[in-house]
Amino acid sequence: MPPDKWSLYALMLKSRLFEEAIAQLWHNGLISGEMHLGTGEEGIIAGVVAQLREGDAMALDHRGSAALLMRGVDPVLILRELLGHPDGLCGGMGGHMHLFSKEHLAASSGIVGAEGPTAVGFALASQYSRAGAVAVAFFGEGAMNQGMLMESMNLASVWNLPVLFVCKDDSWSITTQSGKATGGDLYDRARGLGVPAVEVDGCDVSAVWEASHSAIESARSGQGPTFLHASCVHFEGHFLGFQLLRIVRDPLREMPKVAGPLTQSLLWTSGTSVRKRLKGVKTVIGTVLSTMRDPRKDLTNDPIRRARADLQSESERLQELEDNIENEINNILASAVVEKPS
Amino acid sequence: MRTMFFTQAVDDALAQAMADDPRIIVMGEDIPLLRRNLLVRFGPERVRGTPISESAFLGAGVAAAMAGLRPVVEMYMVDFLGVCMDALLNHAAKVEAFSDGKWTAPVVVRAPCGGGYGDGGQHEQSLWGWLAHIPGLTVLVPSTPADAGGLMLAALQYDGPVIFLEHKLLSETWLEFLGSGARRTVQYDVPAEGAQGAVPQNWKPVPIGKAVLRRTGDDVTIVSVGVGAHRALKAAQALETEGISAGVLDLRTVTPLDKTAVREAVAQTGHLLVVDEDYEGFGLSGELSAVVLEAGISCKYARVCTQTTIPYARHLEDKVLPNRERICNSVRQLIQ
Repeated sequence: MPPDKWSLYALMLKSRLFEEAIAQLWHNGLISGEMHLGTGEEGIIAGVVAQLREGDAMALDHRGSAALLMRGVDPVLILRELLGHPDGLCGGMGGHMHLFSKEHLAASSGIVGAEGPTAVGFALASQYSRAGAVAVAFFGEGAMNQGMLMESMNLASVWNLPVLFVCKDDSWSITTQSGKATGGDLYDRARGLGVPAVEVDGCDVSAVWEASHSAIESARSGQGPTFLHASCVHFEGHFLGFQLLRIVRDPLREMPKVAGPLTQSLLWTSGTSVRKRLKGVKTVIGTVLSTMRDPRKDLTNDPIRRARADLQSESERLQELEDNIENEINNILASAVVEKPS
Repeated sequence: MRTMFFTQAVDDALAQAMADDPRIIVMGEDIPLLRRNLLVRFGPERVRGTPISESAFLGAGVAAAMAGLRPVVEMYMVDFLGVCMDALLNHAAKVEAFSDGKWTAPVVVRAPCGGGYGDGGQHEQSLWGWLAHIPGLTVLVPSTPADAGGLMLAALQYDGPVIFLEHKLLSETWLEFLGSGARRTVQYDVPAEGAQGAVPQNWKPVPIGKAVLRRTGDDVTIVSVGVGAHRALKAAQALETEGISAGVLDLRTVTPLDKTAVREAVAQTGHLLVVDEDYEGFGLSGELSAVVLEAGISCKYARVCTQTTIPYARHLEDKVLPNRERICNSVRQLIQ
């Protein structure tokens, strides 16, 4: 069965426009603290979530809004939650990193790697009482170095649990390049724990759909877990207002704040040798330069543009779909962004 | 005298100590960027980034301390100690006792804590009472730049495990990194005297376990720590206009607790109000009541603490965290 490219594109576009609206609300100060968006990873989320059905569970990380939206949670409730309304999805208690929908068996956590044990527990309950249901864990590649996630993969392996471990690899662990903090290969690591591993281009939603379709069908039929390693790019970096992107996007404003103290530290009389100091400078500059060589500028890394290219031949249908989604998002915004009771 | 921001002061004291003591190393997630000024001065061998593997690098920090280093292990937030608590609870805190005092683990765990900027209940906890509950751990919660730098220096010289908590509302860098993201469209209730202040030209250790009386008062003693101490001072100013004289004792160290200072202050006023941003039950606020009761001091007692999981929504959070209004109301009721 081939993926339905139209419905996958619709899921991704709706999520993108929804999250761009969230970004605007955040910039306008209507959201107070951190905001981690999933813009750029929609191909992975849509390709996997489109497979899920009643009884399946999701363990989400700190950027779970897109998965919940695509799973069918009322976007007005999500948005009201983010705005801190008492009638938001979690009554204003959770916020974007702690979104829960019992009805959809979907739980989020801001603790890196916590999706592992959660998905394993959901899958254990499935295996015991809802045969055929699966659990999906979404996490970044940074979480792969977290003990509890590795332990969870082993547990899923030895108990043959119906789990799909989805690693959304954008190659950055906040401001650290993951390659420099990760030993060996993630694919081999999963296989070493007895979990079959699949590599996929996360910017290609159809490829993700096909890879996860096999893995989920295999889990449903009692064949145990799979590790899906999907590459992607986060357009806003780790979170909105990400310092590394600010330096790249607005160097005149941001560089003086960083460069002054840095030069002062470099020139202090007491400290290590010049050689080691320069190595330190190289590390800092290297991090900034890696951000500047950033794959965000390469449009083929946008799963939505990639999917759209396949649909352009039917321009009228495409136009109608996009107009409808845009209207839908405007309506969601209009109903969610209302005066908050104090 | 120089003027510094809160985290700038901690880093400055840390740099002074690192220049004097080659055993000090710094490690944690994103440290090359977050402590870039230390990195370019002391080099990548002493200032290290880690994977997101708290159990491994905190546990390693404890053992490296046992083997002669003076590691400063940074946590992204105190909440995340939940991931790696074993290293503190069953190892760092036990080494000295298990070895009958022959071996210690002089590790400093540095972590941002506290709420007031809308990050939700998994990212805004205080947890100093939870940590102080464990024998063998020292827990520091400075409220001014001068204390922060001085206590960091004391922590680095101390021969056992120390948890050093930096409140995010006081920290210019954490509040920007995790809160505003350089936006000008959001406001936080930052205590100005805690966020920036005079610091000594050369850092000297501020003694661990010594409280400081920030304000004298005859009618009631408010005991607090961290941002709570600033909220208490604001409340005391407001109460003065009503003719109520409230003193404010800033503990600075949660454990070892300065019992003498607490008893002296409370014995004079006969009224104790604890303001604690940490959870109310089984924590610092209850401990302080035991301190005065055990000394046979007769006093009236009340507390303003965080009673529930901290809500995400700012308007709800502002009510749950100790604030000036709640403190003033409690004082009025207490001295009736």
